[in-house]
Amino acid sequence: MTMIRVENLKKSFGDLEVIKDMSTVVEEKEVICVIGPSGSGKSTFLRCLNRLEEITGGHVYIEGVDITNPKIDINKIRQDVGMVFQQFNLFPHKSVLENVILAPMKVKKSDRKASEKKAYELLDKVGLREKAKAYPGELSGGQKQRVAIARALAMDPKIMLFDEPTSALDPEMVGDVLDVMKQLAREGMTMVVVTHEMGFAAEMGDRVLFIDGGYIVEENVPKELFGNPQHERTKAFLSKVL
Amino acid sequence: MDTIINALPYLMEGLQVTLYIFAIAIVIGFLIGLVVALFRLAPLKILNWIAKIFVDAIRGTPFIVQLFFIYFGLNSLDFISLDNTTAGIVTVAINAGAYFSEIIRAGIQSIDKGQTEAARSLGLNSTQNMRYIILPQAFRRMLPTITNQAIISLKDTSLLSVIGVADLTQEGRIQASATFDAFNVYLILGVIYFVVIYLLSTLASFVERKFVLR
Repeated sequence: MTMIRVENLKKSFGDLEVIKDMSTVVEEKEVICVIGPSGSGKSTFLRCLNRLEEITGGHVYIEGVDITNPKIDINKIRQDVGMVFQQFNLFPHKSVLENVILAPMKVKKSDRKASEKKAYELLDKVGLREKAKAYPGELSGGQKQRVAIARALAMDPKIMLFDEPTSALDPEMVGDVLDVMKQLAREGMTMVVVTHEMGFAAEMGDRVLFIDGGYIVEENVPKELFGNPQHERTKAFLSKVL
Repeated sequence: MDTIINALPYLMEGLQVTLYIFAIAIVIGFLIGLVVALFRLAPLKILNWIAKIFVDAIRGTPFIVQLFFIYFGLNSLDFISLDNTTAGIVTVAINAGAYFSEIIRAGIQSIDKGQTEAARSLGLNSTQNMRYIILPQAFRRMLPTITNQAIISLKDTSLLSVIGVADLTQEGRIQASATFDAFNVYLILGVIYFVVIYLLSTLASFVERKFVLR
């Protein structure tokens, strides 16, 4: 089943055209890693997939629904599309547990007991059950990001978007977060991951998208893209990061 | 000393009026401030303009002129009739509302954009985002400034004596002329205001500590 279909996506900020023309398809349970130089439009691409950025042109279909259609209820779509941010964006005035149960309770109207039970299961999964009563300010970066993943998972999303989830972390914290993501991938979550972790992309990606200059320059299985890049720009980029 | 003891019951009656006016006006003023701040930040341009004109008009005119306009100006219209206490409450509320709105707007804007993005990405709509994520954080940051404005508004209520509201200041004026002891009456008047404001700011810093931003 096709989870995400992007058709001729365009996105401009004023006169600045960040995404010129991108099309791709993400199937169920696929893990897509998006790589590319900074400023290439990869984060913007990701943020268009749940319409955190208003889309300038083209279409994005999530499970068949065109989210560029202004008449659809975007909040409904977003419940199925979890997102994890580079800067974590935990709610600092709420405890870890409250961060995780907020959306299920307020958006899905789940009762507190069921939401908490689920939240503890998810905190177990990311290895942070004992931090349930702590506040985000008391956590390390890696712990914050794992809570952010649990918070997104609490809505039972069908797709998870990761926007450079390890870029703001100290090196020794990166592994814990990647491990959680690997586990998710193995469980069959459909994931789109913007990352600088080439190791993760090579190991976990079903496909890798190389984005540069507002286009998807090259798209292939990791072995091919990393081992046998076809485009000059891909080669130039990989020679710098590998 | 006797004059003070005799004057004190009247001053206490005036204090009750002052606190009553202050309590109602500050609550209404805060609600006005919240609505105006949300207007100011709304995506609709027309709402931004209404909010901006309101704030500029209040900030650009003296309190006493606003009071006279509402009490004498509006009352001169056939279809409006306000007693002096009501006119006083309305003026303090509107005046405080304009200043509160700027405080609240700045507070909301000081919250990182990522908070809204995280909330919206979880499926919260913009109202839920405001209510559960942005405003609770913004209010904690705003509390010291809000307290400051509340204190200014409390002191502004003393100007209502000019239109004959029997507030603390008005009672003080009456007692000062009745006892021929202006020195002591106004001294004690000042002490009463000072104590009330001191208690108010102590309460505020208690609340602040209780809800300290983590």
